[in-house]
Amino acid sequence: MKALTANRLIDGEVVWLGRSGQWVEMLQSAWGLETPEAEAEALAIGAKAVADRLLVDPYLIDLRRTEDGIEAVRFRERIRAKGPTTRPDLGKQARRETSAA
Amino acid sequence: MYRYDEFDTDFVSARVEQFTDQVRRRLAGDLDEEQFKPLRLMNGVYLQLHAYMLRVAIPYGTLNGAQMRKLAYVARTYDRGYGHFTTRQNIQFNWPRLKDIPAILEELATVEMHAIQTSGNCIRNVTADHFSGAAADEILDPRPYAEILRQWSSLHPEFSFLPRKFKIAVTGAPHDRAAVQVHDIGLQAKRDADGNVGFTVFVGGGLGRTPMIARKVRDFLPEEDLLAYCEAILRVYNRYGRRDNKYKARIKILVHETGVDTLKADIEREFEEIRHGVLRLPQDEIDRITDYFAPPPFDAGADDGSLDRATAADPALAAFVERNLHAHKAPGYASVTISLKPIGKAPGDATADQMDAVAALAERFGHDEIRVSHEQNLVLPHVRKADVPAIFEGLKAAGLAEANAGLVTDIIACPGMDFCALATARSIPVAQRISERFGTPERQRDIGDLKIKISGCINACGHHHVGHIGILGVEKKGEEYYQITLGGSGDENSSIGEIIGRGFSYDDVVDAVETLVDTYIGLRETPQEDFLAAYRRVGDAPFKEALYGTA
Repeated sequence: MKALTANRLIDGEVVWLGRSGQWVEMLQSAWGLETPEAEAEALAIGAKAVADRLLVDPYLIDLRRTEDGIEAVRFRERIRAKGPTTRPDLGKQARRETSAA
Repeated sequence: MYRYDEFDTDFVSARVEQFTDQVRRRLAGDLDEEQFKPLRLMNGVYLQLHAYMLRVAIPYGTLNGAQMRKLAYVARTYDRGYGHFTTRQNIQFNWPRLKDIPAILEELATVEMHAIQTSGNCIRNVTADHFSGAAADEILDPRPYAEILRQWSSLHPEFSFLPRKFKIAVTGAPHDRAAVQVHDIGLQAKRDADGNVGFTVFVGGGLGRTPMIARKVRDFLPEEDLLAYCEAILRVYNRYGRRDNKYKARIKILVHETGVDTLKADIEREFEEIRHGVLRLPQDEIDRITDYFAPPPFDAGADDGSLDRATAADPALAAFVERNLHAHKAPGYASVTISLKPIGKAPGDATADQMDAVAALAERFGHDEIRVSHEQNLVLPHVRKADVPAIFEGLKAAGLAEANAGLVTDIIACPGMDFCALATARSIPVAQRISERFGTPERQRDIGDLKIKISGCINACGHHHVGHIGILGVEKKGEEYYQITLGGSGDENSSIGEIIGRGFSYDDVVDAVETLVDTYIGLRETPQEDFLAAYRRVGDAPFKEALYGTA
């Protein structure tokens, strides 16, 4: 399974292509791409988002299922999805409480 | 300190205006990323793992209180309340929004700061000894020459599209604290028997994937020829440096592939063509720039002996004085190293509040001068020894009083995979774990001088090749993996560390470092024989055996 990820142009925020075609800020809401057709469709949406000045450099990453949902296979992408491992107060990991509230 | 004249002010504000327009055009869609990327890089803006990163130049690592306060303001207003001081004496902000960067640059310009040439294939920020103008062993302050080089190299039309980036370092002391021999050009300022100023010139040093110690091309270059000779080096490099492979594009590869003698002949030939031209430095211009760096008025009666009495009564202060004070040329004065390596913290990070605290101490006790060292610490270069107890108290309140300058916990580490898009492994948490492992005052002081340097990828921003113990993080089968080198050094006796053997996992690397340190303690001849000296005496065999057992 894969997902399409990029950084948002205006502020650099890490985003993934979500299930209904919008760009989401949390990996758990990413669209898990199960087929080559889905990947191609996602890449086309990504290319349009680049042309529309929303994103920079979209690319596919590998995902795997976990007990809690999904996570990126590569450690680098897991850090991108959460934030610096040394600073739990920074990045997306710091938002968990607010988003759960 | 250098102050902008009208030309500098106009130049920087014109650049802010230009980049503001470029950001506007990017967001409006008139520029695509391919067009915009080189423009943003020329202004210090990277796109990293989590966000954009802005690298702000601190020329030769010198700044004043107002500038430090402005960095604190930027950290608080546009970032996440902190900044990261780098091995190139700059500062990086890790979380700015692209749309805010024009405003940040405008703020910085009000205190004569900018981000020009902090990235890209141009001549980067010239770095210098962080004790310049202060150190007891210094022959002359190299910063006027660093400033002259800065003015010459800023937006130099011929050298704005070099084969690769180009780094110059200068020192004015026999003990090299600026690592000049691992720079593209390294300059060691000195005086001849008649008192004339000149430079020993080194070319072709560098770290990265192909570490090399620079070669000496001139023993004594007269100061008037400084710019013409540097221009000659750059011209030869610009013409012959490889552009087909970015990993072979630095001048060190050209020196290596061409041979230093041939290249030196090319440089000298080019130099002969231009040495009597416009680049010849007039003495009055050297004097004019040097005046900006005139030492503050030192108080001849500053040495009242009160620091000795204070240290006798306070062991913590005594430890701080022993490690973090550096000998000053003026009697009764010292340079204070402010360690940005509190035990267990990220090397080089400072919060906005800490920046403000350092600015206040510099303004009150330090003639309003601050330095950034390439070892990712801050320095108050000129303080009265009598004021050190008060400075120590101020640093304690700011959480910056760690008495570990030059010790095992004074680690250089690049941002690594926690922040950097190029990294293949994490650096900061490895540094933090080593710091905690050796963090007790007794243990670190028993170990003595020891430089550990950590890079999270082969590009070697953490200078691991010149660490007494160097650690390089790589990715192997999806896991972080750390290769250890021993015996590197970045001073006047520079050497590249040797790989000791197979690498270690993230979990095991700290134990491996401890094994190396314990082995050193076991074999040193006296407590005064430091790690590097012991390694150079015995070689790698005892360390190898301790790590891997008998071969």
